[in-house]
Amino acid sequence: MSLHTETISSLRRRLTAGEISPSEILDDLATAIEARNPEVGAYLSHDLATAKADAAKADLSQPLGGIPIALKDVINTLGQPCSCGSKILQGKYTSPYDATVVTRLRTAGAIPFGRLNMDEFAMGSSTENSALQATRNPHDLSRVPGGSSGGSAAAVASQTAIAALGSDTGGSIRQPASHCGVVGLKPTYGRVSRYGLVAYASSLDQIGPLTRTVEDTALVLQAIAGHDPRDSTSLPVATEDYLSALHQGVKGLRLGIPREYFTAGIDPQVKARVDAAIAALQAAGAEIVDISLPHTEHAVATYYIIAPAEASSNLSRFDGIRYGHRTAKPEDILDLYKSSREEGFGREVKRRIILGTYVLSSGYYDAYYTRAQKVRTLIRRDFESAFQTVHAILTPVAPTAARLSGAQEADPLQEYLSDIFTIPANLAGLPAISVPVGTVMSDTNTRLPVGLQIIGPHLGEATLLRVAQATEDSTAL
Amino acid sequence: MPQPHIDVRHIANLARLELSDEEIAGFQPQLDAILGYVDSLSALDVSGIEPTAHPTVVAAPMRDDTPGSSLPTEALLRNAPDQAQGQVRVPRVVADA
Repeated sequence: MSLHTETISSLRRRLTAGEISPSEILDDLATAIEARNPEVGAYLSHDLATAKADAAKADLSQPLGGIPIALKDVINTLGQPCSCGSKILQGKYTSPYDATVVTRLRTAGAIPFGRLNMDEFAMGSSTENSALQATRNPHDLSRVPGGSSGGSAAAVASQTAIAALGSDTGGSIRQPASHCGVVGLKPTYGRVSRYGLVAYASSLDQIGPLTRTVEDTALVLQAIAGHDPRDSTSLPVATEDYLSALHQGVKGLRLGIPREYFTAGIDPQVKARVDAAIAALQAAGAEIVDISLPHTEHAVATYYIIAPAEASSNLSRFDGIRYGHRTAKPEDILDLYKSSREEGFGREVKRRIILGTYVLSSGYYDAYYTRAQKVRTLIRRDFESAFQTVHAILTPVAPTAARLSGAQEADPLQEYLSDIFTIPANLAGLPAISVPVGTVMSDTNTRLPVGLQIIGPHLGEATLLRVAQATEDSTAL
Repeated sequence: MPQPHIDVRHIANLARLELSDEEIAGFQPQLDAILGYVDSLSALDVSGIEPTAHPTVVAAPMRDDTPGSSLPTEALLRNAPDQAQGQVRVPRVVADA
């Protein structure tokens, strides 16, 4: 069978009809992983025996009953490794508990299956910062899948996962989703619990789904969203019904096009795909409105102060004491800290820890960190004012399609600048989704996917998904 | 205004990172370039603007102080690099008097 190529909704229909069993889906996935993973490299590991045991207990009457879902290796799952793509944890850490999203997936009948590669501690936009293995773009193996949830996007795109969870701090779900041609949603900050997500930048991190269809994203979001007493930043508000409004169309919706997102620097082919998707939404009845988000140009600088600052604090827990790598023969306790961290962390992680430590250090704190937090307010206000007049905002996800592997290590700043379109939604805490809107021709003669980003207002996931569904419908061949 | 500059060795020490000379030489121009770029924010007028520490403005929620279950010690110690007598073992921290 080829159950690994199907969507959650189609598998659910067949499971409910009794045509197939969860165990058969797992077998098909395991076969597909063995065939495709050696070249794509999306999975770090998968534990078929545990998944089979979980499948036997899965409640098929639940919304995700019997559906295997793969997890970015930054989400704790009881008894499984959680390496965060880092040598500091690889082979040295087994999760002693389930993250809240995993608990919720299990309650919804889903089966956690497989650990997906990522940029180390989610720091990167290519998955090349993984210390453990390379992940390649399934559409062109000479290219990166995007990142940091590159394993999640590549697994769904290479049909080795039905759906996956990723995490998004500055675009880490949406950008790889765009590069791999799958749907990827970053929910509103606080919509999904972060309990059990290894923290990178706590005021920006959010877990979300990567799937083949918008409907599948709505199904997974429905399962994982909601207040969690274990995460004090999770919002104590009721979860909407994300499926009922999905097919209502965009007639009567006002969609904003921020002129600051359509400047020089966007690949003309990418811009053409995004423009065509916007035109299709207009044809479907949406009113397209020109808007301005004037502080957009400051988003990257703001992010690369706030995110490393929070990271330098969060990653101080990796000190060789309670878990993870400890250096072999420390001279004293200070050497234990310093050598364990030196041996365990990769270059990008060290760069961001140093940058973050610097901007938080005495004498520089106000000039960098406090100032960045104030600019963050300005960026947040830009959106608040835009959402007075529009229901959602349409933008590119990334300035280009997936780039070739290699070549970016010497110039990290250049790589940071490519996050320009995804970072603002994290700074403002807003929900945003990437939906495939066709492909462009690469200079290596491959067709590379491009996504449209839809940004919604605070807790506006239902509207966001409705626009996303209309986008998917209008670009379907 | 002088070009921003990070004393990488000093900051690495604060961050408890034992960097090699090669790493410091590699990081120095990269970090100075990044710092030069983020320094563009200094041109913005932010007087009277409140800082945003969290995107969602919700007062820190309080909950009832009720005891719940904790993770088992044994499961947590399984991840420790070194352990003895139900504790994590570390090198001696306090020097001789």
